[in-house]
Amino acid sequence: MSADTPDASEEDAPTRAELAARVDELEAQLDAATEGDDGQKKMSIIATKGTLDMAYPPLILASTAAAFGYDVTVFHTFWGLDILHEEKTDDLKLSSVGNPNMPVPNVVGALPGMDRVTTAMMEQKIEDNDTATIEELLETSLEMGVEFQACQMTIELMDYDEDDFYDGVTTGVGAATALQDMAEADIQLLV
Amino acid sequence: MTDAFDISETLDVKGESCPMPVVKTKAAIDDLGADEVLEVVATDSGSMSDIDGWATGTEDVQLLDQVEDGDVYRHYVEKTA
Repeated sequence: MSADTPDASEEDAPTRAELAARVDELEAQLDAATEGDDGQKKMSIIATKGTLDMAYPPLILASTAAAFGYDVTVFHTFWGLDILHEEKTDDLKLSSVGNPNMPVPNVVGALPGMDRVTTAMMEQKIEDNDTATIEELLETSLEMGVEFQACQMTIELMDYDEDDFYDGVTTGVGAATALQDMAEADIQLLV
Repeated sequence: MTDAFDISETLDVKGESCPMPVVKTKAAIDDLGADEVLEVVATDSGSMSDIDGWATGTEDVQLLDQVEDGDVYRHYVEKTA
């Protein structure tokens, strides 16, 4: 077939000048796409839970990512605010119901005071295993430069005050701030 | 096992569990100068994988050696720059 002849291929092939122009075009697109990307790795976590067990994952991952050199932001909303709350952070509870893996059946767990019992059991295990407390992880993360944000809408919804939170916690932020942060991050997590 | 390099500092994280061995290793490395070696002494068995992963994913550090010594795990991390 004529299309297979060397002459025809050469006619179809782009010229050197065309290729050079295409390379320039692609390089310009790459520059535009990576503008503002300084190579700094980022992680963005949304923390929505405030039970003792669910407070751990965001703080463990935040402090570890900071150790890897990541810029880390943790956006706390709803019950996740309690992790940042100076009076509540060392008093987070473990729910005795809703988790079929708990050593007490739900019907027993629903009795008054059972949350206190299961929380005390968990706290004892944390102490026995020398696991860092939530407060220790929070303070360590703050020292390492993790940015903790408290969602303004839920601060008001839950009748908290901006002064209720640890020093260094950013208030006055909302979903758009979190979204922008997630868009720029290499890792995004909802906990 | 440590003949090949001089240890500048030793970090004792015995008894501590995830994420503290890695977090404290990072802080201790920050205080070292270039080419200095940090020895990390841990009892957390997860530290073998975690410190290896941390050193691999972190710039300017190199894991020189890891030694399991009974219940104790020793890690040797060099600050390369």
